[in-house]
Amino acid sequence: MWKFTLRRILIMIPQLFVLSVLIFLLAKAMPGDALTGAMQANPNVSPQVLAEQREKLGLNDPAWQQYGRWVGNLVQGDLGKSYVHKIGVADLIGSRLANTFYLGVAILVLTYLISIPLGILSGRYQNSLLDKTITGYTYLSFATPLFIFALLILFVFGFQLGWFPTSGSVDVGIDPGSGSYYANKFYHLILPAIAGALVSTTATIQYLRNEVIDTRLKDFVKTARSKGVPESKVYSKHILRNSLLPIAAFLGYDLTGVLAGNLFIESIFGYPGLGQLFLQSITQRDYSVVTILVMLSGLLALIGTLLSDIILSWVDPRIRIG
Amino acid sequence: MNTESVLEIRDLTVAFRIKDEYYPAVDQLNLTINKNEVLAIVGESGCGKSALALSLTRLHDSKNTRIEGELLFKGQDLNTLSPGQMNKIRGSEIGMIFQDPLTALNPLMTIGKQIEENLDYHTSLSRKEKTKRVIELLENVNIVDPKRVYAQYPHELSGGMRQRIMIAIAIACRPSLIIADEPTTALDVTIQSQILDLLKQLQAENDAGIVLITHDLGVVAEMADRVVVMYAGEIVEIADVNELFNNPKHPYTRSLLASMPGANVGQESLHVIEGRVPSLQNIPRGSCRFSERIPWIPQTHHAEHPELNEVAPQHWVRCTCYQNFHFEDEVGDGKEIVLNGIAGTQ
Amino acid sequence: MALLELNNLKVHYPIRGGFFQRVVSHVKAVDGLSIQIEAGKTYGLVGESGCGKTTTGRAIIGLNKITEGNVTFEGQDLTKIAHKNQHSLRRDIQMIFQDPYSSLNGRKRVLDIIAEPLRNFENLTKEEERRRVQDLLEKVGLNPEAAFKYPHEFSGGQRQRIGIARALTLNPKLIIADEPVSALDVSVQAQVLNFMKEIQKEFNLTYLFISHDLGIVRHMCDEIGIMYRGRLVEQGNTEDIYENPQHVYTKRLISAIPNIDPGQRQASTQARQHILSSYQQDLNNLLDPEGKPLALKSISSSHQVALP
Repeated sequence: MWKFTLRRILIMIPQLFVLSVLIFLLAKAMPGDALTGAMQANPNVSPQVLAEQREKLGLNDPAWQQYGRWVGNLVQGDLGKSYVHKIGVADLIGSRLANTFYLGVAILVLTYLISIPLGILSGRYQNSLLDKTITGYTYLSFATPLFIFALLILFVFGFQLGWFPTSGSVDVGIDPGSGSYYANKFYHLILPAIAGALVSTTATIQYLRNEVIDTRLKDFVKTARSKGVPESKVYSKHILRNSLLPIAAFLGYDLTGVLAGNLFIESIFGYPGLGQLFLQSITQRDYSVVTILVMLSGLLALIGTLLSDIILSWVDPRIRIG
Repeated sequence: MNTESVLEIRDLTVAFRIKDEYYPAVDQLNLTINKNEVLAIVGESGCGKSALALSLTRLHDSKNTRIEGELLFKGQDLNTLSPGQMNKIRGSEIGMIFQDPLTALNPLMTIGKQIEENLDYHTSLSRKEKTKRVIELLENVNIVDPKRVYAQYPHELSGGMRQRIMIAIAIACRPSLIIADEPTTALDVTIQSQILDLLKQLQAENDAGIVLITHDLGVVAEMADRVVVMYAGEIVEIADVNELFNNPKHPYTRSLLASMPGANVGQESLHVIEGRVPSLQNIPRGSCRFSERIPWIPQTHHAEHPELNEVAPQHWVRCTCYQNFHFEDEVGDGKEIVLNGIAGTQ
Repeated sequence: MALLELNNLKVHYPIRGGFFQRVVSHVKAVDGLSIQIEAGKTYGLVGESGCGKTTTGRAIIGLNKITEGNVTFEGQDLTKIAHKNQHSLRRDIQMIFQDPYSSLNGRKRVLDIIAEPLRNFENLTKEEERRRVQDLLEKVGLNPEAAFKYPHEFSGGQRQRIGIARALTLNPKLIIADEPVSALDVSVQAQVLNFMKEIQKEFNLTYLFISHDLGIVRHMCDEIGIMYRGRLVEQGNTEDIYENPQHVYTKRLISAIPNIDPGQRQASTQARQHILSSYQQDLNNLLDPEGKPLALKSISSSHQVALP
């Protein structure tokens, strides 16, 4: 187990290296550089000053030197500086990370709270009215683009009814750390979390429903019934665990996904998380932030695979790692 | 032999729904299973034998299956019991063994737990007693090192061992009836003979009646006391095992025997039954259902609504066509081929 | 000269382990198998699951990598010929698979299934191709109209005929049949077996018949090899194996065949017990230190046994 984990972490190093090269090259290939933005902000800066700046920042060095410097700094924990926000990328991400984490956890918990019971009910009572209602909902949410769904919720509950705040993660002027601060944060979380969860449940419900329907017909379920196991226990002890296996396989990604940020939800609800930051940074060509964020989500995906493998080996005795 | 009955099946019809219509896969079947007997039910896929086996404990999906008739087990009609009452009988009074031991065990549950589950619902033993009983059962089915196997998962065992586990589950509460649906089909020959021996031995110990569902006439010859041959949802022949192999009557029984490579050693070609087993919707009901597979036998030789007739003591045959039956490529009475076949084996 | 000759064939799968996932040992699925099959004959390769019989068949056709040894077909070593040359020989060796339900692509029409090998090897017009396929369908006893249907529209026996038709498209010389009838009902089994015998005569086919069912093997085969842990324990003609088995493993396999005469039940149970106890006593003396069967020794011109 530990050997397995360590080996997988070691394998991640070359994977991250390749990823970093790719990201670096892509960033280089994009039109403009770090100073293009600054120039746009201030048209009075003379080309000469810019050229000097470029030389000073090493932007005229050969690509491999620039790459070496970038990665070297990364490894030492220096994530660079945001040209737009004028602060360190680490600080910038740090301030957003907590928000993204809260929202991610809220969406994840809500997703599973909704989708697991619905998926199981839908599969168990296949073709009943209940099943048809649930699958109807999944088709609807599947067919509706995420942003329309989110905008609708925001419009109705935020603007029309005014039940929930329409942007931000906390109201201004509340003393950080106090009880009301956290209550207020939670209040801000509700609407985006529900919007995110309602959409991300779709896949899980459908998946679980099909799993339950498949598992229900398996021979070992017939064996369980032939032992005289009551129907409710047949579900709770035999069908459920086997149906959840494929879901468990995704859990690793979901857990690390909590930190990756939710692009659309955060942007629509004006929620200051990493997703929103990513989108803003792209439009503002804040490449030092963009590259770090892409690196971060790459790293999270790699850890997610590892986590998924470990989780799967816990729940499925047929899978042994090591 | 003890002829006290365990299960009496009366006018059993098992019908499956296909697009809003119900089609009987088992048609008004009458049969008695006795204590301490192995009753084999033989036939090819589509003959209704598995539909029959599952209906005995009502394991069919109730939404798409209709079971009519009586299943008299120890004085009560299983077909009228509530699901809860039925669950009390499944696993305790009636044990079941299925074909594929790989898929018939829950991959995520230890062997011990899967056998114990049976005791959970039918006994009031303490945890310790249950564990002890499971170890005992594992010993009964000749598992070496039962303590280790108790904590293992199905994938860690071989096919033969898994089938032993299935048997342990089936006999956990000492049932008076065991239904074994193709118990050795998925196993190698040497394992097959071991499993059959084990079943015989356990039956002798427990006095249980065994319903053995199989398509393999070799297994029947080795195991059965009495044999029921099914075709298209009906019993076409019932006889004592010796009688059936030495004096098969019904054209279907004789055709099956003639198509077995093992029973026809030295023959260049095997007998082939013309046509194919009719699908559920296409069974010719009301006439001799096998008649379309032996078209060279004139229609006049078949009975109108063929019934089971007792042609010798305890030997029942459906329809009258057997009296004049011969294989297409032979003239007159064709018994000899089959008889030679049997005499020619070992 | 034999049509197909396996000479000391070995198929090993690596087992990886340790921190760097290095190869720590091998599963020796086939470990020194030598057989010869004469043209026009049927060779039965028999054994229990895991003995390596299926791996052998797949190795001959190139589906499994051969670790060591030679496969000589019509005097040419298949393991030594570069991939391209091998192609023309590949036409001559075809395979029939066990499960007619999963071995046919359900999304293709029968026409496309049967014509697939043709398309790999020959350039025919649509019309020629259709005629060839329909001829084949008639040969395997199916209606030419079947070409335009899909596999699910056929019964198990008919599907196996489609599988056979596909194997026959390129007029092969050798057909490797891996448990071709074990998924079928008795009467359908008889149909397919009869049919395989008929086309053998008609096309002068050679069969490598892989099976665990000794009753069927006896019916079909001229020569039989009994396989155990990747090697042969005994080889001989049908009479040698069934009437005069020498190796205790062969004896055990043969005694396990269900006896079709219920009157002899007692006797065969006793015989089985007897053989089982001698099997348990003797087997270890008949294996080398690795637990594999010993080398074969001739005891008659047709009969070889792995005895010390």
